Amino acid sequence: MKGLITNLNKAFENRIRLGIMSVLMVNSEVDFKTMKEMLDVSDGNLASHTSALEKNEYILITKKFVGKKPNTTYTVTKLGRKAFQDHLSALETLLGKSS
Amino acid sequence: MNENQKHIEDLQQIRSIMERSTQFISLSGLSGISAGIFGLIGAALAYLKLAGEFSISSLNSRLYSGEVVDVIDINFFNVVRMNLAFGPTMDLVIIATATLSLALIFATIFTARKAKKDGNNLWSPTAKKLLVNTAIPLVVGGLFCIALLKHGLFGLVAPCTLIFYGLALINGSKYTLPEIRYVGVLNIILGLLNTIYIGQGLFFWALGFGVIHIIYGVVMYFKYERK
Repeated sequence: MKGLITNLNKAFENRIRLGIMSVLMVNSEVDFKTMKEMLDVSDGNLASHTSALEKNEYILITKKFVGKKPNTTYTVTKLGRKAFQDHLSALETLLGKSS
Repeated sequence: MNENQKHIEDLQQIRSIMERSTQFISLSGLSGISAGIFGLIGAALAYLKLAGEFSISSLNSRLYSGEVVDVIDINFFNVVRMNLAFGPTMDLVIIATATLSLALIFATIFTARKAKKDGNNLWSPTAKKLLVNTAIPLVVGGLFCIALLKHGLFGLVAPCTLIFYGLALINGSKYTLPEIRYVGVLNIILGLLNTIYIGQGLFFWALGFGVIHIIYGVVMYFKYERK
């Protein structure tokens, strides 16, 4: 049982982080504005959670300038994809075992 | 127990976000129903128009006046191929344009209403993807149909519109509710059948753009909206 619990990734405990990863798993590249609308979160909130995920090297943050406007886009890394999939299977096993 | 509940909610949220971020799910079934009704009205108007315009007596007088140069193959009002000196009649083009515009306007209204009710944006990156991917085969098909009209191949216009419309729906279906794929497949089958029964374009149009849309709309409305 202990093994199952440790499979759950601490980095994904937060709902917003789960949301960010979910969006990136199915979209190759997502910009800041779209991500914000999709998850319905504030600028600061999104920025802090994305930088946390970046620190784990689960996502890649790319900052570009479109004209004079800064444009931030997010993509998921190979490591992030693997980590999220492991987290999902851990969740599923956990629920499957207990029901 | 509580912990489990949280995990279940997590999984539900993940699924919902994945769906919402790749699919435009606010497409309303009422859009399909209204499009189908306008399709049937359009087909009926075109039928009446063609019945008058391509009756033997009318064709005779138009041949005489030089408007119609020669009729190659004709059975009742279903002209398969003929050469018009002045191109296709404007009335039919007006009926078609009005039908398409009304169908699109009402589809947008119903979809906007549903998006608002669901708390989604009408204009989102997924809506854009859906629109662009549907538009590509549609525009190509439209241009191809204009070419067919230009060459007097009237009998092929109806099958051509059905086939390209079906392809457009299949192409767009990746970005919206998956059921629209079946509407696309059915329209392609009707279009291909129409190439065998050439000259029966209006009948196939009424089936494809009218009846299928209405059935689709009713099914979708009861499946997703009426809860």
